[in-house]
Amino acid sequence: MSVSGVRATARIVARSDGRGGTSLPVLEGEGPLALRRTRASGGEARVMLVGAMSGPLGGDHFTVEADVEEGTRLRVGSAAATIALPGQAKGEARYDVWLRVADGAELQWLPEQLISAGGSDLRVATHVEVGAGGRLVLREEQVLGRVGEEPGRLTSRLTVRVGGRVVLDQELACGPGALGGWDGPAVLGGHRAVGQLVVVRPEFGSRPVPARVLGEGAVVAPLAGPAVLVSAVAGDALRLRRVLDEALALMA
Amino acid sequence: MSRAALLVLADGRFPAGGHAHSGGAEAAVKAGRVTGAASLEDFCRGRLHTAGLVAAALAAAAVLGVAPGELDAAADARTPSPALRVAARRLGRQLMRAARATWPSDELDAVARQFPKGAHQPVVLGLAARAAGLEPVDAAYCAAYESVSGPASATVRLLSLDPFDATGVLARLAPEVDLVVDRAVEAARRVADDGVDALPASSAPLLEVGAETHAAWAVRLFAS
Repeated sequence: MSVSGVRATARIVARSDGRGGTSLPVLEGEGPLALRRTRASGGEARVMLVGAMSGPLGGDHFTVEADVEEGTRLRVGSAAATIALPGQAKGEARYDVWLRVADGAELQWLPEQLISAGGSDLRVATHVEVGAGGRLVLREEQVLGRVGEEPGRLTSRLTVRVGGRVVLDQELACGPGALGGWDGPAVLGGHRAVGQLVVVRPEFGSRPVPARVLGEGAVVAPLAGPAVLVSAVAGDALRLRRVLDEALALMA
Repeated sequence: MSRAALLVLADGRFPAGGHAHSGGAEAAVKAGRVTGAASLEDFCRGRLHTAGLVAAALAAAAVLGVAPGELDAAADARTPSPALRVAARRLGRQLMRAARATWPSDELDAVARQFPKGAHQPVVLGLAARAAGLEPVDAAYCAAYESVSGPASATVRLLSLDPFDATGVLARLAPEVDLVVDRAVEAARRVADDGVDALPASSAPLLEVGAETHAAWAVRLFAS
């Protein structure tokens, strides 16, 4: 018997409802990727990504796409952490995220952690395109292994374009099989939680946020463009979230 | 071309200012993450596969003739820490000065005019190799080796580490330098078809944090 992985796509389109609010003409989930609209706040639409089964497992390929059209505001969260697990299908699992934020639109992309369980092999790619006048808050958190467990293999690339120009392109590779030194003193230094927070605001172009170190393992780094990256490592998911929240509050 | 030009370019005495930078080793030593030869080796291995791989691919792509402006923007996007962007441009400007004196070329002159504050050092390194008639693989070797030789020689001064131990670290990393160079050149060759997104983007969170911590110190031995 040959075992192949699950392919699933979820799509969100946020469109102006013509009365200052945001409608969601497309809100489609599939298989393990289910989407739920939750209570809106002001002109902002809110969506929750609900995992309907476990995964991604080896061989699975998940894709999530969100289009945030001009003049709209969308906030996306997830109901629980995503856990990458080993599967019966051969090969790595893939999780692709495509986010487009138009001029004058705002996206808050705030999913829960991605946990890389022992024996899993996952490649994540997040592509974000923000229009010149668009706004973004994006958080990604990777937790290497469940409690007391060695992590699986995880490769995560994050690319952010603003006004057509790449302001951030970075990849983190860790776990067994990753190239050497990933857990050493230049990269993670034994920390088991790592996170990125990207904030794009047009006003950062004229008033950049100053660089700042937060504690032992986090830095607020103004990028070459109207965007800021908060890069953090921490001992666990709770401490990581605390430092990313603190950094976001500094930019409020 | 003369292959010996590679020795001139890679020579630690080539007057390009690299000796004033520790490649993040000073911050790592101060934080207690590098304490001797074993942790130096781990540090260098991590730097080689992240910043070293990215630098080697940028340098190889510059030798292949990819537009320096595109490579410089790609280097910016792969360098979130502003302290590291400043250091890379400063090193790029110094290397440009030395390269123009050593291998005069119209192309180097044009790029120097395009980037008065300096382009990212790996991009200039590739252009210097190109002016010297070297190959992409040569520039990639230079960049990958520099990514580990800088921290190793800095750590000799920072920890009074035995220089033989530091050299041993570099020798043990040699097979991995070969591997990184292969990957870098392969990625650089893909740029012609796929654009600069084909370049690797491997990142090292603690190098970024350390660079900003280091830049905020009032007194330090190395510039970065």
